[in-house]
Amino acid sequence: MARAATTSDVFNAVAEPRRRQMLELLAGGERSVGELVAGLGTSQPQVSKHLRVLLEVELVSVRREGRHRLYRLQGQGLKQIHDWAGRFEPLWQERFDELDAVVQELKNEEEGVSSDER
Amino acid sequence: MSDSPEVANSGKAVVTTIGDRQIEVVREFDAPRHLVFRAYTEPELIKRWWAGRRATVTVAEVDLRVGGNYRYAARAKEGFEEGFEAALREVAFRGTFKEVVANERLVYTEIYEGQPDEEALTTVTFEESDGRTVLRMLVEMGSPETRDLMASQMEVGVQEGFDVIDEIVAELG
Repeated sequence: MARAATTSDVFNAVAEPRRRQMLELLAGGERSVGELVAGLGTSQPQVSKHLRVLLEVELVSVRREGRHRLYRLQGQGLKQIHDWAGRFEPLWQERFDELDAVVQELKNEEEGVSSDER
Repeated sequence: MSDSPEVANSGKAVVTTIGDRQIEVVREFDAPRHLVFRAYTEPELIKRWWAGRRATVTVAEVDLRVGGNYRYAARAKEGFEEGFEAALREVAFRGTFKEVVANERLVYTEIYEGQPDEEALTTVTFEESDGRTVLRMLVEMGSPETRDLMASQMEVGVQEGFDVIDEIVAELG
């Protein structure tokens, strides 16, 4: 629990489908635990567990209002992983584009050779 | 005509997650599979594509037989260092071939040397039809953590699970 919130922890946090649903609900505005329980159709202990994870990596913040705790999406946290992910996003696209160029060159070479042979 | 430049489904890698530990990347090439296989496995050809456009391959060693090892390393080109290991500005992957069927199928382990405890198993198939080849790469992670690590280095933006992040970020402007 003493682990610092790192980018990969943020990734772990959003890898869980329920937590992504929670983020979606919170994207619509502040919610209490009860509203999240109702929105997700899951138990309160489950919701609380997931909220702890999201709070820990600072994707969600909480404030007190009277007897309620209200949870809010921390856009900066999401933007951070989006930006971080964005750096890697084109890698496989790029790799296969480059591979394609190599393959086309091999194809041209081979067609050149075989048309000479024919 | 077989050489029409734009054919549906070709030219763009499609990345999807399967279950909680697998990622599949599918890409079609307008060439027979023995050429795609060569480009995928010959060191001198690997050097030309494996690092993408933002890095340069510094090592490509391939012992293409069952039990044989490979090792690839890449160094960031100037201005693109950010995603690389801070100390070396270099990333390296290595592994061992488990299955080698020329022009058809490869199965190999994959270890990112920055995190040597996490191993992935990759299966690549090359299917040819009408002179075109569909390359299907299935990466199976040892743990969800490895998956997230690898996923983040793949095409995170289009993965189903991360779409919500794109939407929310778009709303944030």
